Amino acid sequence: MVSFELDDEQKLVQETVSSFAADLMEPAMRESDESGEIPQEVIAKGWELGLLGGCIPEEYEGFGEELSALTGVIALEELGWGDLSMAMHLMAPSMLVISVLDQGTEAQKKQYLPAFCGEEYKAAASALVEPYYNFCPSAMRAVAERDGDEYVINGKKCLVPLAKESDHMLVFAATNPGMGFSGVDGFIVPVGTKGVEIGDREKNMGIKALATYPVNFKDCRVPLVCRLGEEEGCDFLRLLSRSRLALAALAVGMSRRALEHSRDYATQRIAFGEPIGSRQAIAFMIAEMAIEVDATRLLVWEAAWRCDKGMDFEKEAALAKNYAADMAMMVCDRGVQIMGGHGYIRDNPVELWFRNARGFATFEGMVMV
Amino acid sequence: MTIDFELSPRIKATKNMIHMFAESAIRPIARYYDENEHEKPWDLLNMVQKFMGGGMAGAFGAGGEEKKAEGEEAKEKKPRETNLAGAVTIEEIFWGDAGIALSFPGPGLGGAAVQASGTPEQKEKFLARFRGDKPVWGAMAITEPEAGSDTANIKTTAVLDGDEWVLNGEKIFVTSGKSALEDSEGFVVVWATVDRSAGRAGIKPFIVEHGTPGMQITKIEDKLGIRCSDTVSISFMDCRIPKENILGSPEVVDKTKTEGFKKVMATFDATRPLVAAMAIGVGRAALDFIKETLKEEGVELRYGINPHRMTSLERDIMQMEADLKAARLLTWRAVWMLDNGLRNDLQASMAKAKAGLAVTRITQKAVELMGPLGYSREYLLEKWMRDSKINDIFEGTGQIQLLVTARRILGFTREQLK
Ligand SMILES: Cc1cc2nc3c(=O)[nH]c(=O)nc-3n(C[C@H](O)[C@H](O)[C@H](O)COP(=O)(O)OP(=O)(O)OC[C@H]3O[C@@H](n4cnc5c(N)ncnc54)[C@H](O)[C@@H]3O)c2cc1C
Repeated sequence: MVSFELDDEQKLVQETVSSFAADLMEPAMRESDESGEIPQEVIAKGWELGLLGGCIPEEYEGFGEELSALTGVIALEELGWGDLSMAMHLMAPSMLVISVLDQGTEAQKKQYLPAFCGEEYKAAASALVEPYYNFCPSAMRAVAERDGDEYVINGKKCLVPLAKESDHMLVFAATNPGMGFSGVDGFIVPVGTKGVEIGDREKNMGIKALATYPVNFKDCRVPLVCRLGEEEGCDFLRLLSRSRLALAALAVGMSRRALEHSRDYATQRIAFGEPIGSRQAIAFMIAEMAIEVDATRLLVWEAAWRCDKGMDFEKEAALAKNYAADMAMMVCDRGVQIMGGHGYIRDNPVELWFRNARGFATFEGMVMV
Repeated sequence: MTIDFELSPRIKATKNMIHMFAESAIRPIARYYDENEHEKPWDLLNMVQKFMGGGMAGAFGAGGEEKKAEGEEAKEKKPRETNLAGAVTIEEIFWGDAGIALSFPGPGLGGAAVQASGTPEQKEKFLARFRGDKPVWGAMAITEPEAGSDTANIKTTAVLDGDEWVLNGEKIFVTSGKSALEDSEGFVVVWATVDRSAGRAGIKPFIVEHGTPGMQITKIEDKLGIRCSDTVSISFMDCRIPKENILGSPEVVDKTKTEGFKKVMATFDATRPLVAAMAIGVGRAALDFIKETLKEEGVELRYGINPHRMTSLERDIMQMEADLKAARLLTWRAVWMLDNGLRNDLQASMAKAKAGLAVTRITQKAVELMGPLGYSREYLLEKWMRDSKINDIFEGTGQIQLLVTARRILGFTREQLK
């Protein structure tokens, strides 16, 4: 039966993450963007929320709560509201953790999951995006060729969050080039493996507080047991879709924040003797921002709900992600516009959201629900 | 309760039934009634009355009276799905054809107003007729030549003379006005002012029955689309109606209070999402057409690949699809709130604004994408483009919906945001 009401657990998650975002993330956002560093307190307290450890079964030392994409997107919206860099840093290990949880073999779960159930934040990286303008996950240039009991990985990756800080990296590469999504596999690669070259920290327009790196793979050999799902391989499109939901949810959260900020400004800023929001040119922009933020959230919720129900959700996730990327750019651009010259100045959060928003069209595989 | 997007079995069954009906009974005649404006599919209308008798009636306007005031706790009761069922049903019928669907018998907007603010006696007296064997229509006349969006500016007057109200003025663009007043024993709810100096507070809705002397249909419009639905002008010249035909209180109690006006405006909280649902039905028809055509041509849509690698056709279609879905979800949210006794005026306007715009864009793009198939009157696509345009106009234009939305988001009064 159709319903738009959160259940008690979802409400609790929403409230908890929302107050964490308001108390700790948002106030630190600007300084963190300028310095390129995320306060340790945010990472520590954010980890305490147990967003990741929570969904790991008890047999692997987690709290054993159900893994729900819907609850995940609700939490991520709130984190995105707080700050995108911090949210992505906090949730970066989710790519590895949830991939293993969803599609790893028993041995892989036993090997990798317990490390993420401790009290202290544990980084993990994932390498998916490649540094080409027309990069497409269904036509990856990175390849992994089987050679006896090993895979040999070659290729270039970029936008790899926390590559240097992590012990393991989940690397996606084509095992069957030309076969689209179904020809891609994931490999859990120890960061110190020979042939893994991590470059200098990248300089991006936005998400400046998130440490991302280019990573080159040159004849990097990993044993077969490192392949996600081992002999079975993995359903890459499913993983990618779970990641798309996560990114779309972050876009909704950040855009919602930009909308709220613009709304408040429009009621306070006076021009020609009236608040600027009294003029339709401004008011209509705000109305459309509000409509699109809500509409995108519902697209994300529906796709996540389908995922939890075990229905096909890949198409819905793709539509929601692309829609969210456009929405975020529209909303954050208008945020800057509504604040006029003041929106262009770095004292102002809208310029930060504007830079971050542009990223969603490029981001893939950086967080997951 | 938890978030859920699954239609209940009851609604699903209705949806399937209505879809089959739309496909087999409405689609095949859609072109004919577009090309032969002012003709009506009487066989179909009679059949609709017989089998659905007030089925559409149930969809429109129900639930309005059970809404809670702001701040009031929602009453504990079993969740209803009347409005959701309405939205789903309407999407299917309008997928069949918008013009024909709009011309279906039933209480329409006039009935919705009676439902929302009539007394029990009025409801009995005026709504019973829709349950009979013969098709009957209700209509609502607000718009005037000099007052469209600016409803507070209407000039039609109502003066109490003994036991009767005397109406004078001119109404235009009344949907199903002819059906209600000439083709059946229906009525029209007319907005008139009892005190012009009182502005909004002076505006009251009055029920005028078919055949009332002094009321005359003066024009039947030729239109861009939805041609099967009649749109008429009605003039009132010393038109006398019984005193008890006023909806709500006749008093202009306090000029600063506009409760009566607000109550009728609240009708729109129920009807706007349904207009959005109408739009979505037409938009879906257009998308279905494109997808079927591409399938026949062996073209596959590649969801999830990088947008730069998509053909521009793929990219357009996926944007249209997401846009339509977004509009539908906003619409479902608005009716769900209504069904659950939550105040939904903001969400109703958001849904209508989104759907009206999305669908005009979608159908226009669809015609463009399909080239000669889009422009040709052999197919229905060009018709859907013409039909859908009305959804961004009636029941409050897109701009008016944005105005309502912006006022609520900014916390501005109508004086602060004009
Ligand atoms: C087929 C059809 C059926 C209809 N059915 C009915 C019916 O059953 N009953 C009924 O009463 N009416 C009906 N209408 C009338 C319809 O509701 C009005 O046409 C509509 O509300 C717009 O009013 P208007 O045409 O006077 O345009 P105007 O109000 O003159 O508006 C013209 C333009 O200005 C914009 N505008 C106006 N005010 C503002 C503002 N404050 N801010 C920004 N922009 C503004 C509008 O959005 C529009 O773009 C129908 C119309 C049609 C065409």
